[in-house]
Amino acid sequence: MEVFLQQLINGLTLGSIYGLIAIGYTMVFGIIGMVNFAHGDVFMLSAFIALIFFMLIASWFGAGLIVVALIFVLVLAMFFTSLWNWTIERVAYRPLRGSFRLAPLISAIGMSIFLTNFVQVVQGPRNKSIPPMLNKSITLIESTTYSVQISYKQIVIILTTAILLAAFWFIVQKTSLGRAQRACEQDRKMAGLLGIDVDRTISITFVMGAALAAVAGVMYLVLYGVVNFADGFTPGVKAFTAAVLGGIGSLPGAVIGGLLIGLIEVFWSAYFTIDYKDVAAFCILAVVLVFMPSGILGRPEVEKV
Amino acid sequence: MAPVKQLPAARQVDMMTALKEAAFAALVTFGLCIPIIAWGTRQNLDNVLVLDPRWDAVAWAVAIIFVGRFLMALRQQKRGEGKSMVRLLPHGTIGFFQRHSRLFSLAGLGFLVTFPIIAITLAGWGGALKWIDNFGVQILIYVMLGWGLNIVVGLAGLLDLGYVAFYAVGAYSYALLAKNFGLSFWILLPMSGILAAFWGMLLGFPVLRLRGDYLAIVTLAFGEIIRLILINWVDFSNGYAGISGIPRPTFFGIPFTAADNGFAAVFGLEFSPLYRTIFLYYVILGLALLTAFVTLRLRRLPVGRAWEALREDEIACRSLGINTTNTKLTAFSLGAMFGGFAGSFFAARQGFISPESFVFMESAIILAIVVLGGMGSLWGVAIAASAMIGGTELLRELEWLKQIFGPDFDPTKYRMLIFGFAMVVIMIWKPRGLISTREPTAFLKEKKAISADMVQEGHG
Repeated sequence: MEVFLQQLINGLTLGSIYGLIAIGYTMVFGIIGMVNFAHGDVFMLSAFIALIFFMLIASWFGAGLIVVALIFVLVLAMFFTSLWNWTIERVAYRPLRGSFRLAPLISAIGMSIFLTNFVQVVQGPRNKSIPPMLNKSITLIESTTYSVQISYKQIVIILTTAILLAAFWFIVQKTSLGRAQRACEQDRKMAGLLGIDVDRTISITFVMGAALAAVAGVMYLVLYGVVNFADGFTPGVKAFTAAVLGGIGSLPGAVIGGLLIGLIEVFWSAYFTIDYKDVAAFCILAVVLVFMPSGILGRPEVEKV
Repeated sequence: MAPVKQLPAARQVDMMTALKEAAFAALVTFGLCIPIIAWGTRQNLDNVLVLDPRWDAVAWAVAIIFVGRFLMALRQQKRGEGKSMVRLLPHGTIGFFQRHSRLFSLAGLGFLVTFPIIAITLAGWGGALKWIDNFGVQILIYVMLGWGLNIVVGLAGLLDLGYVAFYAVGAYSYALLAKNFGLSFWILLPMSGILAAFWGMLLGFPVLRLRGDYLAIVTLAFGEIIRLILINWVDFSNGYAGISGIPRPTFFGIPFTAADNGFAAVFGLEFSPLYRTIFLYYVILGLALLTAFVTLRLRRLPVGRAWEALREDEIACRSLGINTTNTKLTAFSLGAMFGGFAGSFFAARQGFISPESFVFMESAIILAIVVLGGMGSLWGVAIAASAMIGGTELLRELEWLKQIFGPDFDPTKYRMLIFGFAMVVIMIWKPRGLISTREPTAFLKEKKAISADMVQEGHG
């Protein structure tokens, strides 16, 4: 029971990171019907941006108030990652809108290769680690054999994710911007005819996706304290799995999917074997797509003749 | 005296607008560079991460983007409104090539067959090894993989992002069977093809209902699963360490060694490692040509026509009574078979394989070659493979760049960076690939090349 509770906490932490990345996939897929292959690498890039800002802040102001530093890093990383994704959309995807189906996907794969190698060239191929932070933890259940703990890191990650998701949910559901997004998702041409600036809405979608990926990147850095240029691929595919599992195009679905994937991965590692945890995630992806293509909360695809 | 011709008002160059656009692009570049380029992270001697400011690099990036965007804006203004067209070849060149495609095919074939001789004449016995191995064999492996994947993606329209799995199946079949049972290359070559085709069918079966992007992602997942199993099932595949000491192919039983029964001794020649490389070159050339031949013939068979029909419209296909399950499975397993051939050749050539050779990046490169060349076009795939693989191999030769950028400059570091960038640029420039006209196999009265925009994906 204690082991189960502990793994539940770990799984929720990991799952919130996947959920944050998954939203970027699901929104972009919802609005332009394309798998943004470079999204995992945008996440990796944001972790690097966060790493650099952490170190800058630490060297300028000292590492005293870790929470204030964290907030600053979060805001800066969100801003600069959004700028990156905005530029990527502008340069690599927008010229291909209305082109044939595979063109944006190939462009996105190219962008993914470019980003991975760009970071490798400018920051070097080695693992980059920062000194661990927020190391204290609270013991929830005291036991002679196994005590359940929740660390400050995990509290910060789960809380930040929850707050940002709530803010984000408000934007999509209650503001005119969110309304424009949902309109574009339903029918891009009609939305354009009704006076919505479709290009701008799509740009903002990419910016929002990147901002959430940046939150995930900062949280990843806080959780593991180490980042590598190749770290974008596997979390990216897992987050896509999460988006598919939750039902692609559905925002709450992406979060639920992310949490599920995180839990499955953690429980698999704890109860079976850690070697095959990625295989488990990929198998889930295949099984879900084959047997339940519309996911948990998605709408079934209508086949038009 | 002729009156001086006035420039029309619309052609007047608007410096201000161009400058503004350039300044905006430069500002964005500055923003992009701020965290990731301006400070480099580096482990110091105490293994603590420190930051190195690199503002000179940022200044260079901003300046290059500013000038580049400025020139582009001016160019666009000169050409008036609308998308500026970039043309490398004069109009009709590709049409000319296609009309005389038989002639050019023969010329290309002649070049490929004589390539080792040309390389030896131009570079000598010592220098030719590099050219035949790094350029000849390497490019031909990718041409063959591209043509194999072309059956799945270009003809049948099934987007496969896990093609490297079949390449791995072929390579590991050869490596394990040759090492453990001592079977020869010529028995194992067809066998690994058959095994890969079997795996193609096995993996193809569950994903038949999926289409488009979903299919791509599931095939990607399968590719990764096979790689992860190869890494983790150490008893079977020796894990990360890989398999070394794989038996090399022999010339119908005569090994390429310096021994008395070796190739050189039997034929009374002086021993040179070049003979094996030339032999391997002809083997992969033969395999690649076999792939091309089979593809060309299959397109004229009912199954090939069914693939192309399936690609264009699956519902129409089903209503006309085509068995879509079988059609998809044949495409999947035939494509996988050629991947398996290439894989066993790869294992035989390297003598060492490990899961590192079968990462997702390889699948992406092969798919990129197929799409960039123009899906369904055999010529396009061959050209794209030569340009992308040969081009990145050429970077290894650019030693003289060190004299410009200093001794720390290593052009090979930028290989994949340029590769990814080139993928994006070619897609924007020519979304239909380099060869963007198609020749239909089924036609009424007259055969005409059509634009690729008229078909869904490939060689319509």
